[in-house]
Amino acid sequence: MKFNLKIWRQKNAQAAGKMVDYTIENINADMSFLEMMDVLNEQLIRKGDEPVAFDHDCREGICGMCSMHINGRPHGPLRGTTTCQLYMRNFTDGETIFIEPFRANSFPIIRDLVVDRSAFDRIMQVGGFVSVNTGQVQDANNIPVNKADADLAMDAASCIGCGACVAACKNASASLFVSAKISQYALLPQGRIEAQERVLAMVNQMDEEGFGSCTNTGACEAECPKGISLTNIARMNREYYVASIS
Amino acid sequence: MNKKSGTKSLFSTLIGKKMLMGLTGLFLITFLVVHCGINALIFFNDGGELFNKGAEFMGTNLLIRTMEIVLFLGIIAHIVDALLLTLSNNKTRIVKYAHQKPNANSKWYSRWMGLLGTLILMFLIIHLKHFWVISRFTDHIAHSELDKLPGQETMFAEMKEIFENPMVVLLYVAAMVSLAYHLMHGFQSAFQTMGWNHPKYTPAIKKIGFWFSIIIPFVFALMPIALHLGIIK
Ligand code: HEM
Ligand code: SF4
Ligand code: FES
Repeated sequence: MKFNLKIWRQKNAQAAGKMVDYTIENINADMSFLEMMDVLNEQLIRKGDEPVAFDHDCREGICGMCSMHINGRPHGPLRGTTTCQLYMRNFTDGETIFIEPFRANSFPIIRDLVVDRSAFDRIMQVGGFVSVNTGQVQDANNIPVNKADADLAMDAASCIGCGACVAACKNASASLFVSAKISQYALLPQGRIEAQERVLAMVNQMDEEGFGSCTNTGACEAECPKGISLTNIARMNREYYVASIS
Repeated sequence: MNKKSGTKSLFSTLIGKKMLMGLTGLFLITFLVVHCGINALIFFNDGGELFNKGAEFMGTNLLIRTMEIVLFLGIIAHIVDALLLTLSNNKTRIVKYAHQKPNANSKWYSRWMGLLGTLILMFLIIHLKHFWVISRFTDHIAHSELDKLPGQETMFAEMKEIFENPMVVLLYVAAMVSLAYHLMHGFQSAFQTMGWNHPKYTPAIKKIGFWFSIIIPFVFALMPIALHLGIIK
């Protein structure tokens, strides 16, 4: 397959960037999007040009590193996929593909398609954990958790922190990510103990980092590779109101 | 984990600001029901007799007059809050995407609430000037056909006169289209903002919101049309 690529190139955080055109040929339909990028980079290196910097790690859809805005959508045209799980057969031969970094002031560009998502880490640092006084491992089933809550907590915990929700949101809001992290603890007895401090601290930090507010457009849920539900945002809001008036 | 120190008060965070948006939005929705109900009295087609009584009640009842003040405060809070949120949200992505497909993941009217609201606001100003100003600040309006003084008119007669102008009718209908889309997103959005999301009730709320945002603006829009065409006399 052959593609016309329009890729955002930017030397560093300060430099002005621009879209640059590339043409790439002889791409196997069963290559992943990142493999196609590898082929492009090999060609660039052979020509003595700078390769396109992009983030990736697991290449199996579980780490959340592969942030790319492809043809107008985070992680490209398929629902529920990361960029590494997107295959070239999902594009048509000869297609023009726009490749941009995830855009948000809170995700400053480091180089080309690589953005700095440490704002998420800082939100986690203020409350995305359960304080445990280490000691003997507890017996299984010592703390009863009902099945429905356990399932919801597991669903929330499947967030991989990729940032597609922020990239898709017209307000660059981090509500889906933060609410998933708050929910995974709020739903379990172990997390209830610090639930109020957690929601206050994390909501506060989310604002500090410059993310926007939630207009409930649902773009985040639609683009989330892990299908994190908007119900988590409602839960975060509930938790937040209760914590801030009590 | 840090105790509650260092965290902001409710209304200074974005979620708190959104809560105010949701509360005032829901309050304005209840106002729409009352307003639409009273005005729909013209559909009795009794020469405006019932409607004029309704208008008189709304203009003189103490509870209603108090609620009128609350209503103005509610609208102002909704507008100021909308402005603050929209302005801050417009600053979160300084460098825009070169290519974006927003329709692939969200409805256009959910993204244009600020614009739809601004259209509603422009309409509100004209609408208040048409009816509220003359009824509260002039003695042009009589309570009924019987006790009207020379130079006075009833609310119903005033309404018929205003809607003789087809441009005014068009303006009112266009404003109701904006309101319909504002509510199409806003009704269910307010529940989500308030945290009232439930596997059983949320689908029902969405359905009610959908029909509410069609029926109420539709009934409102019928009024100027019916008066203009003389279907209601
Ligand atoms: C009768 C008139 C109005 C009604 C019934 C109404 C109702 C609502 C409702 C229910 C919401 C959803 C709140 C939420 O998402 O939690 C909303 C949102 C909004 N309204 Fe209104 N509204 C009215 C007039 C206005 C006006 C005059 C403006 C602006 C000048 C406005 C601007 C907005 C904006 C910008 C939002 C979205 C805020 C956000 O989510 O970021 N509205 N409205
Ligand atoms: S909520 Fe979904 S889109 Fe957002 S960071 Fe988590 S996995 Fe990514
Ligand atoms: S590289 Fe790990 S999710 Fe794509």
